[in-house]
Amino acid sequence: MADGDAADRSGHGGGAERAARGVGSPLAAQSVLFMVLRRLRTPLIVIVLSYSVSVLGLTLIPGVADDGSPAPPMSFFHAFYFVSYTATTIGFGEVPATFSDAQRMWTIVIIHLTVIGWTYALLNVLSLFQDRAFQRAVGQIRLAGRVRRTREPFHLICGAGDTGQRLARLLDRRDMRFVIVEKDEGRIAELELEDLRIDPPILHADAALPQSLLTAGLRHPMCRGVLALTPDDGANLAIATAARLLNRGVPVIAGAQSPRTATSMRAFGTHHVISPFDTFADQLILAMREPGCYRLLSWLTAPLDAELEKEHEPPRGPWVVCGHGRFGHAVSRRLIAEGLQVTAVDPAHDDGDADPAEGLPARLRGVGTETEVLARAGIDEAVGLVAAADNDVTNLAIAALARSRNPKLFVVLRQNEAANQVLFDAFRADMVMKPSEIIADECVALLTTPLLDRFLAVVRRKNDAWADEVIHQLRKRVGTRSPRAWTVRLDPAEAPAVSARLHAENRPTTIGELLRDPRNRKDRLPAQALMLLRGGGELLLPNDDTALAAGDRILFAGRGDARRRMQAALFDEKLLEYLCTGRDTPGGWLFERRAG
Amino acid sequence: MNLGKVVFGFSILLAATLNFGFVYGDIDNPSHHHVSELFAAIVVNLIATIMKFGDRTQVGAVHLATSLVADVQLILAALVWAWTAHAAGAGESPAATASIVSLAAGALFANVVSVLLLIGETLALRR
Repeated sequence: MADGDAADRSGHGGGAERAARGVGSPLAAQSVLFMVLRRLRTPLIVIVLSYSVSVLGLTLIPGVADDGSPAPPMSFFHAFYFVSYTATTIGFGEVPATFSDAQRMWTIVIIHLTVIGWTYALLNVLSLFQDRAFQRAVGQIRLAGRVRRTREPFHLICGAGDTGQRLARLLDRRDMRFVIVEKDEGRIAELELEDLRIDPPILHADAALPQSLLTAGLRHPMCRGVLALTPDDGANLAIATAARLLNRGVPVIAGAQSPRTATSMRAFGTHHVISPFDTFADQLILAMREPGCYRLLSWLTAPLDAELEKEHEPPRGPWVVCGHGRFGHAVSRRLIAEGLQVTAVDPAHDDGDADPAEGLPARLRGVGTETEVLARAGIDEAVGLVAAADNDVTNLAIAALARSRNPKLFVVLRQNEAANQVLFDAFRADMVMKPSEIIADECVALLTTPLLDRFLAVVRRKNDAWADEVIHQLRKRVGTRSPRAWTVRLDPAEAPAVSARLHAENRPTTIGELLRDPRNRKDRLPAQALMLLRGGGELLLPNDDTALAAGDRILFAGRGDARRRMQAALFDEKLLEYLCTGRDTPGGWLFERRAG
Repeated sequence: MNLGKVVFGFSILLAATLNFGFVYGDIDNPSHHHVSELFAAIVVNLIATIMKFGDRTQVGAVHLATSLVADVQLILAALVWAWTAHAAGAGESPAATASIVSLAAGALFANVVSVLLLIGETLALRR
């Protein structure tokens, strides 16, 4: 105010413009109040003026007495009384005394003046309520209140693009709470159309601004994690950094497309960085080297109830990579490391020969949608093609053209937009790389079954024969549809019945007993223990006779209802007793007394 | 020159001068204090208050506060006037006039602070 900006005071509408300019940064309740006041300046002055002119007129115009002689004008008190009920169109009539004609003439002016004044003010207020900046500000204040009142653990999802939306669906299906921050209104509208069971709080703001994260509950005691999933690497880094600085305790999971961002994030202590391009390229190589391991891995991470895929390994031989951006680079580097001959086609390249020592493929300038370019890249002799451009239509065109020349090609497609799913389904590529799915699925695995991530890391190191054996065992119990993984921790909070039993003497319990069916203990639940963690060491595929100890963490895979039944046994001591010994102890205090 | 600044300064100053005009005179002499001037002071004070709406700075906040104080004092004075002149039926007695004028004098003090703020603000502006 030192610059005496009176123009801002007398003008109006400045608040809305300011709020609109500050898209992204959440507003405090106070600024909304000031915005309303500023917008109401002119209408209020109009009302005050119309009232005062009306009152003043009445105090000047002479009235008339009963006998027709002139009477003194109204006093201010009566004038204000009359204007008050006339302006609001209540209209008690000519109070306190019958009016003179001069007073009636002035009353006509009063009625029109004040009614127009009120109408103008009301229209202004209504237009203020419809103002987008105002609605956004009010929405943000409401959301901040809702987040503050939350008493359940929640996750903070930054970015509601394909990744964020998929993650929201998956978490919602698992009854987990989350708050979403997104700056694009179109994305928010898409999310609101999603059929989510719980209406999530959505903050319309730029997540890269720290204030947005704080509004969305970054420092809330129930905030269990921050997921930076915007399509922009810079924004993700900003979110990860802000989360780390503003709430050290909260785990941060961030998506990163470029290796450089991933390095910065790790340096800043981000707990888990997901680089979809590297993850997929690693899987491609795993499928090439140990097809069984890849098959197990994709089966365990597949969406619920997907069928076990047939073994289908990427062939060894010359490969063509079209589009040599970050993804193309990640794939070609690994293919070269496998000792394969790779030709990379990219419009931004200069032609150049291969340099396997440097990890460089043979480079060719051009776009893969041209027959001549594909022919020069050696598509007729190649065994595999990676269409890695960042445009879905281009990728499909490249793949279609290449396959028409060489039908036996192993085609790997990159799908950028979830909206193009139908096209990719129709094309039937051998492998499809969807960055949004890779990130979202990994987030869900990390949030819901942290042990699964560890088990998958083991799978990546193992060989084909081992993986085939695991698949065989799992199939015997669970069937061919993809199983659900869950973790059981044997502590008093998550498994009170088991930990009570373990603390009692002479009551050894084994994994096999947990896997018995509570309806009939001779039956086995359709589930299998994949890994047991005890004191930092891991035991893979523990067999049914493995004895349990307090504090163990066990990763199971199986059908969803098996999980529910097992959960019942973890909490119910009688049920557990039945599973372990076959004794059906009577329930309830009275029966216990009688039996005792 | 900025018309908005002229109107802003004008209304603040007019509020103070009208207020002073009403207060000026013997405190208990009804003929020295015309109720029309009280009415004018109230209207101009209300307009000055509304003009100060929506300024978030420290000086803006104090400006608004002084105006609100003046409004409260003047409206109380008007209520006392309406009560004694009409509801109580006592007419314009010296005692009532004294209490009306003393309330308006309180408003005058707030208005003077407002004018001082305006002057200080103008002097601080070296452009």
